Amino acid sequence: MRLGPKSTTLLVLAALIALTPVFFPSSFYYRVGSLIFINGLAVTGMVILIGYAGQISLGHAGFAGIGAYSCALMPVHWGVPVLLAAVLGALISAALAWLVGRPILRLKGYYLAVATLGFGILVYMVLMNEAWLTGGPDGTAVPDSGLRDMAKAIGINLKNSEFWYWFCGIVLTIGAWLALNLHDSPTGRALRALHGSEIAARTVGVDVAKYKLQAFVISAVYASVAGSLVALQNQFVTPDIAGYMHSIEWVTMTVLGGAGSVLGAIFGAGILTLLPQVLTRFAEYEQLLLGLIMMLVMIFMRDGLLPQVLRLIRGKDQ
Amino acid sequence: MSELLQFLFSGLTVGAVYALVALGFTIIYNASDVVNFAQGEFVMLGGMLTVSAYAAGLPLPLAALIAIVVTAGIGVALNKLAIEPARGAPVVSLIIITIGASIFLRGAAQVLFGKQIHRFPSFSGDTPLRIGGATILPQSLWVMAGGIAVFIALYLFFTRTLTGKAVLATSNNRLAAQLVGINTNWVMTLSFALSAAIGALAGVLITPITNTSYDVGIALALKGFAAAMLGGMGNPKGALVGGILLGIIEALTAGYLSSQYKDAAAFVIILLVLFFLPQGLFGARHTERV
Amino acid sequence: MSALLSVEGLGITFGGLRAVHDVGFKVQPGEILSVIGPNGAGKTTLFNMISGIYRPGTGRIVLDGEDVTAMRPDLLARRGMSRTFQNLQIFQNMTVLENAIAGYHLTESGSLLADLFSLPASRGRARAAKDGAMELLARVGLERAAETEAGNLSYGKLKRLEIARALALKPKLLLLDEPAAGCNAVETEEIDRMIAEVARSGVAILLVEHDMKMVMRISNHIVVLDHGEKIAEGDPATVSRNPDVIAAYLGTETEALHA
Repeated sequence: MRLGPKSTTLLVLAALIALTPVFFPSSFYYRVGSLIFINGLAVTGMVILIGYAGQISLGHAGFAGIGAYSCALMPVHWGVPVLLAAVLGALISAALAWLVGRPILRLKGYYLAVATLGFGILVYMVLMNEAWLTGGPDGTAVPDSGLRDMAKAIGINLKNSEFWYWFCGIVLTIGAWLALNLHDSPTGRALRALHGSEIAARTVGVDVAKYKLQAFVISAVYASVAGSLVALQNQFVTPDIAGYMHSIEWVTMTVLGGAGSVLGAIFGAGILTLLPQVLTRFAEYEQLLLGLIMMLVMIFMRDGLLPQVLRLIRGKDQ
Repeated sequence: MSELLQFLFSGLTVGAVYALVALGFTIIYNASDVVNFAQGEFVMLGGMLTVSAYAAGLPLPLAALIAIVVTAGIGVALNKLAIEPARGAPVVSLIIITIGASIFLRGAAQVLFGKQIHRFPSFSGDTPLRIGGATILPQSLWVMAGGIAVFIALYLFFTRTLTGKAVLATSNNRLAAQLVGINTNWVMTLSFALSAAIGALAGVLITPITNTSYDVGIALALKGFAAAMLGGMGNPKGALVGGILLGIIEALTAGYLSSQYKDAAAFVIILLVLFFLPQGLFGARHTERV
Repeated sequence: MSALLSVEGLGITFGGLRAVHDVGFKVQPGEILSVIGPNGAGKTTLFNMISGIYRPGTGRIVLDGEDVTAMRPDLLARRGMSRTFQNLQIFQNMTVLENAIAGYHLTESGSLLADLFSLPASRGRARAAKDGAMELLARVGLERAAETEAGNLSYGKLKRLEIARALALKPKLLLLDEPAAGCNAVETEEIDRMIAEVARSGVAILLVEHDMKMVMRISNHIVVLDHGEKIAEGDPATVSRNPDVIAAYLGTETEALHA
């Protein structure tokens, strides 16, 4: 039986998640792995926004901040269970994305970029300044989610880093599945249509504003969940999670791997997450490299790295 | 009253810087339809390079001149190496390229100059002048004078010189400009050089007041963009007015509302302008052609 | 019988320039009405106003008894209007088949959650749209190119793809902006035949076309624009004898007009 592209992608992803630990020399790598998956999840959301709908956001780390701080603050202040707080955080992010997105998404290109950048910076400023609530720049603790104990109760006894590796891997796979479903669905087609030609999309009946907003909201939920996962795993958050550099990193990961493809973008997340781990001795060169990668990819490989590599493998001339 | 005057003075000072950044945006936008997110880094480079040249023992005016020339060179390199090869790319790609350039430049600055805060002395000392119950630093006057000088120089350049008119013609209609024999590539190069030099000058002027570090660029870019939009994207007069307005609004926000959230003023203005006045104060309306 | 589309006193100016001024006409179901005129006469601008892309400065557009002046294009699509573009507006990032399926947007779209979770309802609607799209592609002779990236198709084929996409909406009113531009004689004839067939099924067609032979052959009614104003209208025979029309075309396409 021939597998469709969706099943192939999911199988490749699941196989990578399942088999890579065989090569881990130490449990530290589980941590790096879960970090890749978390970035991969946020970036999968960005694929929907950038790759499908052709819109841009330089402020999605703001939603990650909301997801993360929901897990930290709701249990302490309102007694909400941590996991429920993550869900509520995603809902708040969705609601906020809807509210902010409605006016912002009327804008195009540069204006959209600046408006989202400003939004992200605003969230960051609130997290930094409202110390009475957020603990300010020093951050705040996140209560234990109890997930690992639940796993233990059903007989899965894992070290902390291993547990989060598998948990984030599963969440990422679900996220990828949803994004792939969307790609070939009527909604996905409408998003890609308005990406291709907004005017033509309108003339076939696509409510462009509505669909842009949907893509924005969905990607905000992905970012929020990613932020929650960081908080749950570290049991600590600082405003840094909402910093605009994260937003820009996510955009870079997305286009590096190939904005149009979920697997490509996760691949991009992998490379950019690993880079600083490999180059720890060159930590101060991180921004320099990030900027360089952004420019090089956009100038020489507009489709991204993975599609480029696949094209080479298939030997197709472009 | 003297309090308000004090806020106005500080607003005019930073406003002049925002106006210069906005002018930089405007020049490149007009020549190429590109919004250069690395614009704020030119300001950072102007200040930083002056710091190093001055620390190396050069007299301050010479150090500043070198910084401006080198930054202009970096602007040209940015155009030649990153913008020109990407001609015709979608807007999202150009955004990522110029953001990449911005991050690259600040990364380079971090490696070269470190993360600490740098400064060099004011041009005419630090004794505040008293005007109407408020005080103003002599350096503030330098900043405002610099802003006005650049604006006048640009005005003369665009209206009185053949080269300036060529740039204007290119911004009006690239194809038509090419047809009448204007080298539009050269116009773009010139625009990047000019815009980078103006940014660097702003950095030179403001650093004695605000100090500088490798990471000041992005906030300046955001605010310069807000100023340019407030005035109307692509309009030099709008850039000037928008910059000064934004500076004053920020100073008043800091003075009367909350100093922690003064940086939010720019963002709120961006949003308000976008929703209620999309063409800005002096901008023109465009219709999409099908 | 009341007209399907009625345009009254339509006008627009761009920066002080009168692009279209006081243009009016009516189109009945099943009728082919052609808008002709020299380059720059305002034909495409007129189309852009009718299809909601430009907001008219003056005048009224009534579709099926409802005032739809300056209505958003997607809402017009819901009311049975669809169009093609002079300078092609193809979804280059999608396959030929997906371009055609996109024409079924209004019938295939449902709830976002159903799409995210790929529920049977969502898949069912998508499958129906795909079947319809395949049929349409067969009708315009593109079924073998279905899986090709749309960007790789020749100009003539893209023109037909756009027509297929517009037909997917099952429109009551179809606006065709130079459907035969860039097509060879055989392709033109094919498009010609297709337009006539669509009109026979009761669809009102508004056509802008430079190929005068084609216009004279298939139009029921012709409106002539020059410098944004209507200078003549009537059936093909009347219009081609009109001295104003001949003057407007003089030296350019007079021969074609009399062919």
